[in-house]
Formats: sequence, C-alpha cells, structure tokens
Amino acid sequence: MAVNYGTKRNVVGAHYGTRDWLAQRITASLMAAFTLLVLGQIMLTKGAIGYDKWAGAFSSQWMKVLTFTIIVAMVYHIWVGMRDICMDYVKPVAIRLGLQVFTIVWLTACAAWSVQVLWRL
Amino acid sequence: MSDSATIVKSRPEFRNINAFSDLPSYRLPAAGWVSILHRISGVIMFVLLPFIIWMFDTSISSEISFARFKGAFNIGMLGLPGVIYKLIALALVWAFLHHFCAGVRHLWSDTHHKAVTKQSGKKSATATLGISIGLTFVLGAKLFGLY
Repeated sequence: MAVNYGTKRNVVGAHYGTRDWLAQRITASLMAAFTLLVLGQIMLTKGAIGYDKWAGAFSSQWMKVLTFTIIVAMVYHIWVGMRDICMDYVKPVAIRLGLQVFTIVWLTACAAWSVQVLWRL
Repeated sequence: MSDSATIVKSRPEFRNINAFSDLPSYRLPAAGWVSILHRISGVIMFVLLPFIIWMFDTSISSEISFARFKGAFNIGMLGLPGVIYKLIALALVWAFLHHFCAGVRHLWSDTHHKAVTKQSGKKSATATLGISIGLTFVLGAKLFGLY
C-alpha cells in the first residue's frame, strides 16, 4: 500500500463529510434526548402549566447549563445543515459565501440572546 | 447491433432538470417527500429562530412577559391578529415534528441494515409522514382550542 501520511501525505483539502455526518447525528441525538426530558418533565407535572411551573423547570443551575449545551449543539447542527443546503443549491461562490456568513451571524446572535434569557432568570 | 443502438438512443435523456417545467410533473416517492421536507422544515426553523427565542424569552422571564406571550396568541401583536401567530406556531410544530421523525428515521437506517431496503424505506417514509402530520393535527386542534 502506498504511503499516505507524514510528508508523503496526498493533500487534497477535502473533508469528505464524515465529521459533519457524525456531528449531525450526535447533536441530533442530544437534542432529541433533551426534548424527551423537557416533555417528560411537563407531562409529569400535575395540573395546568402556568408561568411558575414553566419557569421553574429552567430555574436550576444544572438545567441552565444543560439547556446551554443543547443550544450549542443546535447551533452546530443548524450550521452543518444550512451549509449542506448552500452547497447543494447555491452555485455562485459570492452568494454562497454571503449566505454562509449570514448563517453564522444569525446563529451567533440567536445563541447570544438565548444565553441572556437563560441566566437573567 | 445497429438496431439495439437505436433503441438505446431513443430512450429519453434528462441532461438537466428545469425546475419550473420538470419538477411539478416529477412524481416523488414517499422517501423523496420526507427528504425534501426534512430540508424545508429545517430552513423554516432556522428562519423562525428569533421567534422561537422570543417565545422562550417572554414565556420564561416574568409573569408580566408571560401574559404578553399569551396575549400575542390570544389577542394579537404588532397590529396582527392572534390567529397569525397561532398559524406560525403551527408551522413550527409541524416543522419540528417532521424534522424529529425524519431524523429518527435517519438514525434508524444508519444503525439497521434491514432498514435500507426499498420496501422498508418506503414504509418508514410513509410512517414518518403519517406520524408527523397526524401529531400536527392533534396539537393544532389543541392550539386552536378545539378540545
């Protein structure tokens, strides 16, 4: 077999998508588990869900940290998905780059807002 | 030899798809619908992300903002009636359910060799569409106060 590492490495600059594929699955699984956790918490609560119970579910520090982690996973997940869509449908490089920059700015702003919401409580 | 060559040549060739003339007549299988709707539902949630965070913000910050949150759906906000916000929420409910079910289907076919046959692919795609649309109806009825 031909040597393909170190200085002999055949550098192609491509990532072949395995990392994105795996990241998409892992972040999705985390979000799905979180969804079931929050859903379970709400369904186990007796009586009508008012402000107290809803805000109470997110009041503990561990829940804030967990929610923050899920938001980071979500942002990464959205980035991979939006990048895939850009690469598939938007061929002009300038428009594609513009859309990708917009995606990053949009996601960063949304993440910042949700962090503020979480720890202002 | 020359006969078979002409038969091969006479088959229709699709070099490039014209989105406006070809796509409407293109009959998509169930798995194709799940796939394109997976993308569309993802984009919907991406675009509406500020609205989602706004809902999180107002519903959780204080009693007063919680009342404002409820008011947007029951009375209206920014000159738009509440029903508009309920419809946006319904679109988000569908987008989430479809994206969730289609994602679980992906994880299932990643880990189960049996799941990637033509038949079970069609079956799981139909189930994905059925479950997500069915649950959207159930939750939509609740959202619009039918029960």
